Amino acid sequence: MELETTINGRRVSLTFANGEFLAETLRRYGYLSVKRGCNTGSCGLCTVWLDQRPVLSCATLTARVAEHQITTIEALQEEAEAFGRYMVAQGAEQCGFCSPGFVMTVLAMKRELSNPTPEEISHYLAGNLCRCSGYKGQMRAIQEFMEVE
Amino acid sequence: MRHLQQAVAKIDGLALVKGVPAYTSDLDLNNNVLVVKLLRSPHASALIRSIDVAAARALPGVECVLTHEDVPQTAFTLAGQSYPEPSPYDRRVLDRRLRYVGDEVAIVAAVDEASATRALALIRVDYQVLTPVLDPASALDNAELVHPESVHTNFEIGCDPSRNIAAAHAVEQGDVEAELAASPVVLEQTYHTQAQAHCMMETYRATTSLDVHGRLQVMTSTQVPYHVRRHLSRILDIPRNRIKVLKPRVGGGFGGKQTASVEIFPALVTMKTGKPARLVYSRPEAFSSTTTRHAMALTVRLGADRDGSLRAIDIHCLSDTGAYGEHAPTVFWVVGQKTLPLYARARACRYHGHAVYTNKTPGGALRGYGATQGTFALESALNELADQLGMDPAELRLKNLITPGDSHPVLSGSLPGEPARLASSTLDRCITRGCELIGWEEHYPRVQLSDTRVRGYGMAVTMQGSGIARIDTASVLLKLNEDGFFTLSHSASDMGQGSDTVINQVAAEVLEVELEQIVSSSFDLDTLPYDPGAYASSGAYVTGNAALRAAEDMKAQMRAAVARLWSLADGARVDYADGIFSGEDGQTMSLAELAQTLCSFEGMDQLVGKGTFGGETSPPPFIAGFAEVEVDLETGECVVSDYVAVVDCGTVLNRNLARIQVEGGVVMGIGLGLYEEVRHNSKGRLMTDSFMEYNLPSRLDIHDIRVVFEESVEPTGPFGAKSIGEVVCNTPAPAIAQAIANAVNAVNAVNVADVGNLPRLYFRELPITPEKVLLATLGADAAD
Repeated sequence: MELETTINGRRVSLTFANGEFLAETLRRYGYLSVKRGCNTGSCGLCTVWLDQRPVLSCATLTARVAEHQITTIEALQEEAEAFGRYMVAQGAEQCGFCSPGFVMTVLAMKRELSNPTPEEISHYLAGNLCRCSGYKGQMRAIQEFMEVE
Repeated sequence: MRHLQQAVAKIDGLALVKGVPAYTSDLDLNNNVLVVKLLRSPHASALIRSIDVAAARALPGVECVLTHEDVPQTAFTLAGQSYPEPSPYDRRVLDRRLRYVGDEVAIVAAVDEASATRALALIRVDYQVLTPVLDPASALDNAELVHPESVHTNFEIGCDPSRNIAAAHAVEQGDVEAELAASPVVLEQTYHTQAQAHCMMETYRATTSLDVHGRLQVMTSTQVPYHVRRHLSRILDIPRNRIKVLKPRVGGGFGGKQTASVEIFPALVTMKTGKPARLVYSRPEAFSSTTTRHAMALTVRLGADRDGSLRAIDIHCLSDTGAYGEHAPTVFWVVGQKTLPLYARARACRYHGHAVYTNKTPGGALRGYGATQGTFALESALNELADQLGMDPAELRLKNLITPGDSHPVLSGSLPGEPARLASSTLDRCITRGCELIGWEEHYPRVQLSDTRVRGYGMAVTMQGSGIARIDTASVLLKLNEDGFFTLSHSASDMGQGSDTVINQVAAEVLEVELEQIVSSSFDLDTLPYDPGAYASSGAYVTGNAALRAAEDMKAQMRAAVARLWSLADGARVDYADGIFSGEDGQTMSLAELAQTLCSFEGMDQLVGKGTFGGETSPPPFIAGFAEVEVDLETGECVVSDYVAVVDCGTVLNRNLARIQVEGGVVMGIGLGLYEEVRHNSKGRLMTDSFMEYNLPSRLDIHDIRVVFEESVEPTGPFGAKSIGEVVCNTPAPAIAQAIANAVNAVNAVNVADVGNLPRLYFRELPITPEKVLLATLGADAAD
């Protein structure tokens, strides 16, 4: 199958198999920041933006993204670095494999919520699993980044 | 210090956060790579009567289908351990006998995933289904055998497959039975720890190809690249010099990737076809067909005087190693090795039992490596003993703890008749400090919040080791480059814990240079000195010590080179500070000048510093952990509302990485205590093979965690450091179990008049789910 869409601000034409999910398509086209950890929509590693909203690309059929705006962390390097500096100051990235999807969710949260409470932050990010950090260092990094107490 | 005891960002951290391609699946891009898939046994125990792969082989796009008839029948272990591995050689690449649901039946390689998947469906297998051995308690001397054939071991580990025993072990100091008989207070209880899954976010994967020299190139997400190469060499019967191993960034390991679960399959495909091959485990495969933490049943007997002085500790362990014995003996040994020395005041101690085979997902290495299970049992028993004595559990521990200068024959590094001596510990201070932080005096054992909510408090202490004493030995090479920066090569195998960074920090501290002046080389085994890999909490201590020695060697060589260039007489002094060499007559030379000169015709000397270290002892880090658990008496739900971990890891080399290790380990321990469980059904099928079924803690489950360091100075450690990676996950389960017991026993005190006659409730089986809490409290109510 084929479709046209926009990835990271550029018009692209994608060729893909029937029933293929966006995570696989994106990786095949070289957007290697997109990681996969479960294939059941449970871990959040594959999070990208569809029209500025975070979605799980492993649970989004590629056929459905025609004429939409897809954003991966490759297009948000400056913002990712701004937040990333807080992350590495905490050591909270550890193995880093969950980081791109996690950062995409954090950056979406920053656009959506102002001055969120720790509970709101945890709920927003509940779908992003991490086995290394224990989550607390991530929370400290987010709070510093969001400039909330 | 310039770089140590600071919060230094991980050298690869920012790139990883920004999503830079860095992992095996990011770097193995090759349009012609074959996709490898494995056909797995649907039965827990079966023999292959016949297998028909004709249709699969005929499918367009299929390059290779291999069954047990097509592969080498060498027996081996996949455990990543130094040779001679203690683990039994009880595996083959593919075998006619299938020993658990998920065991490999056939290997398929095709040009794409769809073709490989279709080919799997076309393989016809006639299975003779056998009765599986599923319950470890009845595995011993069961009529059904998991390994009816004989099993090779490199040395005596008590392996007896004719009795379903993978390993057996006994160690005793003093006369345990006599001390128990003489003890006025005796406690005996059995504790059960469950199988736990690693759940690293990057599943197991490896990609293989033949390089330009025809060598087998293996890029793999591993903690043990040197062991992987040795295993592949043995299994495929090709010399090690024909194998090139690459270790990129690794997306978490936790001990799972200390077992070479995947590399053999694509390697075989590449050897058979000459083509590149890639195997990536799905999440269900990562759950079902790698390894788990060994489930254990531990019976603890304690004997004590009425004042709380321990007289005897006896731990009997039945470990379930599943279908294969990867790490079965060593995990088993560590249970006793990392618990008994804690209470060196006890007059006698014993650890004994065996690891049994069952037809389930194999046990293996998982952070804590037996110490976690042993800590749950022993610390829970200590807490119960404190109740029995009417004593504060903190005081009971302080009375019996090992202290610096004490020796203990079970301490790692002991030789017959020469017990190892503990050089550093602040565990007593860790306990005192933890009591202050959690508010032990005010709150223990419980605070009633309302009619239905109670906070209980509990504690536990633990130790681990730092590397494997007298065995695992690591080397570091340090090369001076032409403008004065250094390349530091090692194979400590960073999997996210930050060893590349910490090892650089140690070298930079010695060399008195900025961190950026040392580049880390840890990718290509061809260029790296030997290191067993990332396990046994060895990165900072073992490889860190090697880095310290390499940097000192480099500094000495640089000084000698300067002396030569200045034509100084023997014995003349050359000082070095902050990148500048200076002589007695006021001459100076910068590091950059020296480096440039040495690589030129004038200097003609490539400097390479080297350092090798293996520990005669394995200095234990210690933690005192304190849990505050809020229990909902109506639902049985337990929430760890506060956790305090006070840590002695020697000198803290990197403040943020050490803290994160503790927090991550505590959460893994909370998962073990309350949430996580690998479960099989009555036919041996794994029921928890996805994140929908396996209850991994999410950030909603985690509340306050407070980490405090009570630093000691370990004289054998690099700048006084010990390890941190594993000790961190041991205390939560027993501390939580005690906190819950303290919370729910309040219910009974409220509900019945005569508290004294009521049996106290304890939680001796992990995980402590709401169902168990509720059933226990209801049962207790029903009993009165």
